[in-house]
Amino acid sequence: MVTADSAMDEFLWQVRVTWVVAKKNVMVYYLKPPVLTFGVIFPLFFYLAFAAGHKAPVEVMVPGIVAMALFFTASAVGPLITPWERQAKTYERLVTSPASLSAILAGDILAGMTFGVVLSLVPLAAALVLTSAQIAQPLPLLAGLVLGALAFSGLGVLLAAPATEGPSQVMMLSNLVRLPLIFVSGVFVPLAEMPAWGQWLSPLSPLSYCADLVRVGFGGEPYFSFAVDLMALLGFTALFIVVAHYFHRKTRDRVV
Amino acid sequence: MNSFPSSSRSIVADGLTRKFGDRIAVDNVSFTVDGGEVFGFLGPNGAGKSTTARMLTGFIPVTTGKALIAGYDIAERPSTARRHIGVVPEEANVYADLTVWQNVMLMAELHGVAKANRDTRGKAMLESFDLATRAGQKGRQLSKGLRQRLMLCMALVSEPEILFLDEPTSGLDVASARLIREVITKMNRERGMTVFITTHNMDEADQLCHRVAIIDKGILAAIDTPAALRSRVESQRSVEVRFRESTVKQEDVLSYPGSRVVMIANGFRVFGSEPGRMAQEIAAKATTLGLHIESINTLAPTLEEVFVSITGGLHGNG
Repeated sequence: MVTADSAMDEFLWQVRVTWVVAKKNVMVYYLKPPVLTFGVIFPLFFYLAFAAGHKAPVEVMVPGIVAMALFFTASAVGPLITPWERQAKTYERLVTSPASLSAILAGDILAGMTFGVVLSLVPLAAALVLTSAQIAQPLPLLAGLVLGALAFSGLGVLLAAPATEGPSQVMMLSNLVRLPLIFVSGVFVPLAEMPAWGQWLSPLSPLSYCADLVRVGFGGEPYFSFAVDLMALLGFTALFIVVAHYFHRKTRDRVV
Repeated sequence: MNSFPSSSRSIVADGLTRKFGDRIAVDNVSFTVDGGEVFGFLGPNGAGKSTTARMLTGFIPVTTGKALIAGYDIAERPSTARRHIGVVPEEANVYADLTVWQNVMLMAELHGVAKANRDTRGKAMLESFDLATRAGQKGRQLSKGLRQRLMLCMALVSEPEILFLDEPTSGLDVASARLIREVITKMNRERGMTVFITTHNMDEADQLCHRVAIIDKGILAAIDTPAALRSRVESQRSVEVRFRESTVKQEDVLSYPGSRVVMIANGFRVFGSEPGRMAQEIAAKATTLGLHIESINTLAPTLEEVFVSITGGLHGNG
């Protein structure tokens, strides 16, 4: 029988294990020069390639780059961790340890979120030093970075669920899902200036709410209200985690 | 091996069944393993050994049945049950990008070893497995034997009550295999650790295990002590005779109807129920024919012969 004490003990155990899994992920998967370089360079050049032909003003460009960097970095490695672990057979080690599936996934999310926030500070700091951009409202900016990283990392873990031992297949799926989201999220063009179809699709992307908060943080005009941005990001996070847990459990029970 | 200090039941498998689609990999398998016991789980490839071990450790769910580990249902309280176990799977699964030390510390942290004890235990483990000088090497730099030793360090650093080993010495050099067997025996004797070991190596099972179970085609075919299992096949007792001459024909010295004869280098191995009498007759006949016997021994049945007798010995490597 599970008593209240043992339930609390179990909860605290899994919180601790979450931290251990996140630390392991950072050491094994994140602190690699190619991952770090790719995390900063790719979104920057991707954005500049688009912005070059549009003469985007600083107040559009800087929040866009920061939001894109956050989106790419927080969701970059998460989709690959489980396939990598399956391939290396270390997944069995984790699953047969006292870490619950929830703790393993939470550890994956925590590592991705931390990585995303830390790396997005690079373009943010560069913009503050090199351009006229200034932080007008720290709270929306902070909320955008933290909750955005949480949601994107959750998306990354969800993308890791399909039963495959090949990271390349997951990479394809990951790009197939992530790349279209960029174009409907107000990163390149403010949502208010997007065509009707874009404005209709933008609420379906968590990046829209994150970019909105970051834009407000840099003194831009909000498209959604602050509360909507927060609720939407938390809602997407919850959705990603619940669905990810369901599919990871199914995949774990099927793949041997 | 000496008798184990019997205590509560460490492992209870109750009607374990696992299906993969329509195929039944493990069919209604039940057994118990007492605390402090070394329990061998033997069977041909594809018989269901690893699947059973994976159900017991909770890596895969059971289709029907129940598994209790240290008194906890692995399906209902997996995390609590797993705090009591260490697992060494068949395939090496150390983190290639972490050092030997980091791998051991990772498992210590996952199993909740107190910070004050981690260093001491980790160092003691590396010393036990002769890995102390390699603490800074990455997992990818280790040979198969060293990786296997590291996996045992990782499984044992939390001082588990129950250790699951899936083919722990398969494909290892003699020295590594011997070291691993010695440490397992030491842990069992000194700490009363329960060991569940799947293996193909019958000598290893005979040497290490208090009891063994034989699984064949997913069904538990036998379970007993190695000695009791050997006594089931007393007809498999034999005489092994080797001659100095290499051209001795079977019919020259052997005339036992119904006995089974296996040719070996410069001689024969003859199976029968009265090996002592057969040995005397073979020696007498050899003397009469002027043949020179290099060695002649009566042999008790081995666990391997028990295994072959039960499983038929002709299953494929699936």
